Parts: sequence; C-alpha cells; structure tokens
Amino acid sequence: MIKFLMKGLIRDKHRSLFPALVVILGVMLTVLLNCWVKGIMGDMVDFNAKFLTGHVKVMSRAYAENVDQIPNDLALVDVDGLVEELRRDYPDMEWVTRIRFGGLLDVPDDAGETKAQGPAVGLAVDLLSKETKEIDRLNIQKAIVRGHMPQIPGEILIGDSFAQKLGVNPGETATLLSSTMYGSLAIQNFTVTGTVVFGVNAMDRGAMIIDISDAQMALDMQDATGEILGYLKSDMYQDQKAKRVQASFNAKYADTQDEFAPVMLRLPEQNDLASMIDYIDSVSGIVVTVFVLVMSIVLWNAGLIGGLRRYGEIGLRLAIGEFKGHVYRLMIAESLLIGIFGALLGTAVGLGISYLLQTYGINAGSFFKNATMMLPNTFRARITPEAYYLGLFPGLVSTVLGTGLSGIGIYRRKTAQLFKELEV
Amino acid sequence: MKNRIVICAVLCFYGIALGQYPDGNDVLNDIDHNLSSRNRIVTSKMVIHGRRGSRTIESQSWVQGTEKSFTEYLAPAREKGTKMLKLEDNLWMYSPSTDRTIQISGHMLRQSVMGSDLSYEDMMEDPKLTNQYDAVVTGTEDVEDRECWLLELTARTKDVAYHFRKIWVDQERKVPLKQELLAKSGKLLKRLEMKDVTWMDERWYPKRLIFKDMLKTGEGTEFIVDSIQFDVDIPDYIFSKAALRR
Repeated sequence: MIKFLMKGLIRDKHRSLFPALVVILGVMLTVLLNCWVKGIMGDMVDFNAKFLTGHVKVMSRAYAENVDQIPNDLALVDVDGLVEELRRDYPDMEWVTRIRFGGLLDVPDDAGETKAQGPAVGLAVDLLSKETKEIDRLNIQKAIVRGHMPQIPGEILIGDSFAQKLGVNPGETATLLSSTMYGSLAIQNFTVTGTVVFGVNAMDRGAMIIDISDAQMALDMQDATGEILGYLKSDMYQDQKAKRVQASFNAKYADTQDEFAPVMLRLPEQNDLASMIDYIDSVSGIVVTVFVLVMSIVLWNAGLIGGLRRYGEIGLRLAIGEFKGHVYRLMIAESLLIGIFGALLGTAVGLGISYLLQTYGINAGSFFKNATMMLPNTFRARITPEAYYLGLFPGLVSTVLGTGLSGIGIYRRKTAQLFKELEV
Repeated sequence: MKNRIVICAVLCFYGIALGQYPDGNDVLNDIDHNLSSRNRIVTSKMVIHGRRGSRTIESQSWVQGTEKSFTEYLAPAREKGTKMLKLEDNLWMYSPSTDRTIQISGHMLRQSVMGSDLSYEDMMEDPKLTNQYDAVVTGTEDVEDRECWLLELTARTKDVAYHFRKIWVDQERKVPLKQELLAKSGKLLKRLEMKDVTWMDERWYPKRLIFKDMLKTGEGTEFIVDSIQFDVDIPDYIFSKAALRR
C-alpha cells in the first residue's frame, strides 16, 4: 500500500510538492530556531558559569545580599580553612577562590604623574600556581593579543581596548587605585605584561586580570576572598548534583545568625539566570507551537485546494464502491508520507545551517558596544540531540491536521449526486 | 464686616510672625563667619564605623581660603605618608609606597575617602555657603536643648553636590548643629551633626562632626578636631605638587 501511495505522490507532483515544501520550510525553521536559541542560552550559561557564577558559589551572607556592588568589605575570611573543608567534603567538585574588585587604573608619565586613567573592572584568579586550571577555564592564554601571561607577582593583564585608550603597552607600569577590604585606600603599582580580548565588550573596555595573591596583598585581604566558585568535574552544569551540594553545605550554617557566615548559591540562583533560562525555554516552546499552528493552517488550505482538484477522482472512487472512511484514511496516509519526507529533509537542511552557525556564529558585538551586561560578542547555534527529532513533531502533526481538516469534506459527498456529477 | 476683621487679624498675625524670622542670607553670613577663615591648620581624627569594626585615621591639614588645602595622613601605618592636595577644582593624591602622584577627577570625586561617609567632593566643597546658596528661615526647632533657626537652602548654580540643604542653626551661637543634604529630587543623601561646639579664637566652632551617608548602611563617620589654629602664616610651597613628594 505504501508503495502504491508513494508512486501516486511521485507521479502527481501537484498534490505533493507544495505540501512538502511547506513542511520542509517549517521544519527547517523550527530546527534552526531551536538550535539557535539553545546555542545562545548555552553560551550565556557557560560564560556566566566560567566568569561569574561557577556551578555553585560560596560567599558571606552579607556579600551575597549586595553581590552586584562587589562589596569586598563583606568578604569571607579564614578562607584557607574553608576551602580545605570544601575540598574534603565535596571532592567531586573543583573549588577556586576569586576576588572581583573595581577601581581606577592610572598610567604615569615620565615624571610619575597621571598621564591617563580609566575605571577598571578587576578579576583576581590563580594565575601563578602550577596546578591552576583557571587559565584554561577562562581561556586567558588564547585571549592574549599582545605580550605574555604574568609569570611573577606584580604582573597583570588588561583589556586590549582599555590598554589602547590608556596608551599603555606591555612592559609598562600602571597603578591601581582602589579600596581595601577595610575601606582604606589601596594604591599598588603593577607591570602590564600583556593585553587580552575576551570578545565581551563589557569586559574588554576595562578588564584587569591579576593573580589572586597580588589582589589579597593590595586589598589587604590576607586569608580572605570575595567568592569561592565550585565547578563540577564534568564541566557541565547539573542541577540535581548542585542542589545536593548546596543543601548539604548550607545546612552546616543554618543555625547561625552571623552575617559573615558562608552561604552557597547555585548557578540559576545568580544573576537572574533562572528566569532567563525559563524565559528562553518558554519562548522556544511557544515558537514551536506557533509554527505547528501556522503550518497546519497553510496545509489545511492546501488540502482544501487539493480536494477541489481531486474532486472528480474522489467522486469516482466513491462511485465505484470505495468506502468514505477508506478514502479518508488513504489521504491521511499520503499526508503522513509527505510529512515524514518533508520533516527529514527539513531537519537535514536545518541542521546544516545550524552547523554553519555553530562553527562561525554571528558577531553582534557592535550592538552591545556600550553594554554593561556580560554577553559574548559572537552568538553561535548549538546542535543538541533533540534537534535531530524535534522537526518530526511539527512536520507530521501539521500535515495530518491539515489533511484531516480538509478531508472532512469527503463525508459530505452524497452518493446520489455522484452519478449526476460523473455524467458531466 | 466681621469677615473683614478676621482677615485683617490673620494677615497681621502672619506679618508679625514673618517679621520675627531673620533674613536667611544674614544667618548664612553669620555661619560663614564662624566656620570660615582666611586659613587654618587642623589636626584631626576620622573614626570610620564599618560593618566589621571601626578604624581611626589621623591627619593634619593646611587650608588656605576655599581654594587650597593640603592634607597629610599620619596614622595608621597603611595610610601614613599619603598626602592630598587640592588647588581650586583639582585634587591630587600622593602615595609613598608607589611613589605616584595621581590626579582624582570626574566620577572618582564622588567616591568615599578612605571608606568613610565623606566623598572627595565633600572634602573639596567650598565651605562658604553664601557663595553657592540662597537661604530662607522657615521656622524654629530645638536641637539638643538649643533653640535653632531652620534654614532651607537652594543652590544658585547647577555644579554643586547638593542642590538643597536644611540647616538647624543655633540661634545664639550661629553654628549649624544639624544639616541635611538633599539631591535635586529631594532625596536625602547625607546628614551631618555638629557637636562639642567650643568658643575658640573669637568664634564658635564644632570640634566633633558626624557624617552619615544615607545611601549606605553603617553608623557613619566621626570627624574629631584635636587642634585647630586660625589665620596663621602658611608658606606657599605647602600648596604645590612638589610638597606632595617631600
């Protein structure tokens, strides 16, 4: 039967080409949009996890309440002991200390006076330890465009556009002006060893990367840190695992009222990521639904037109004794075949375009030139396992629905009138 | 007829009430006479109350009029030797540990000094209120058992840090005992209280000031005057960038 229907579809292109094209286009767009949205969401989550939130983050309660202000005066103290405790109790995770800070970077002239200065956004990570993974995690080595990595204390990296604005080159001195953990003035000279481009405008405009021991000395934060980030060893965020670790850790400090007691937050609980992820998921679902409805309506219309064109054929088949239900079911079967073909081809085309977008991406940096949000400049698609079968749903449902609605007219044909029509 | 008498009585009463309040600008002049001087040398302590405890910073300042001031921080060890120089609208800072002279400008002026509730802008402010504000006396109130005029000040120019001020001025001593500094929107930004008002050098002068940044949590910053000398000779070289590195 399938062979018979296939022959009919191939020979009579009028009843198959247009519906197939509609399904191919609709499925292609569905798959492409899904991969694109997943890519953007995945990039944002990855980026935030690597640079800002970790998979989990430990801060003091007071710091957590004001985290947007990077309040280092509310930082965690006795951190060496705390990190040892985390590594012992949660060996499946990697724990790193980081300090974020703001300040002014001042570049001196020959007389030691201000030549140029600009606001700096500082990130202190472990750059100098042999076993550090922070350099790879943050892709720092690959981001260097001029100079080299810091190799000894007192050396820093700054954003390349920031360096150009200040007129400072690798090998030259810059002075950080900031506040210590206790509110005092922090002034420290550093040597700029290299410049970096992260591809994030908000960072490249004022980024300053220093070794964590330098930050602790400059900001009077011995055995203290702003944040302890935890990463699952798989490098992929897994919410259930993170929830278990969080529940276990926070339970230890549940009874204390101390505002400087540590508290752990998961990735979705920071930077409004949960609501953003939910929003993107909802949008993705809504788009797929809308595509299904629109395609169904188009195919319904196509089915009605096809029904008109096949009026005679169907009338003859009914006249020679074929049951209405049988005709209807065969039409549904035809639409299923068209749907499968269209969905497979549409998925293939959609995946092909998604692969190109995954490899090359779209550079939207010019739109976020003055943005202060941490967004990557280049947005890429991401092909996920569900992209391979997602297109089948709209492809099949829309063709079946469209044909089903348009085919109802068969049941209104009256046998008594058939012969009169056939006379014509 | 009866209505006319009532209206006249009300107007007379209002007129009498107004006549009892002095002119706001005259009160401002009296304040400036007490608080301003040709020059002064001040040794002071700034006690900063933070969430993790209190810190005390000692300093010595040389001030000439409203345009020049030089401050050297004496304690604690981390701050010792740090100097600041203000010349008109420019501010420089010298750090002995880095041997750098850094100019502070733009938005940095709004940052807190040493983590206190004062900003660099507050420190650079023209202390003579008559130069920047128009004042009206709007009432009386008691502050710490002292009868005070309530002055409402409105800035004449746009380039002031606080567009509105409310000042409670001791009627007898002509010294502000309390100030509220407000933004153009009316939002309260800072509160100052002046205590330990002492007679010295033919003027009343507060020896303790409490600044509170209303946008920050915490107990504020105390500024305690240990010693002050008015109208003494201050060599010109003090107010130069070279003096920062001495």
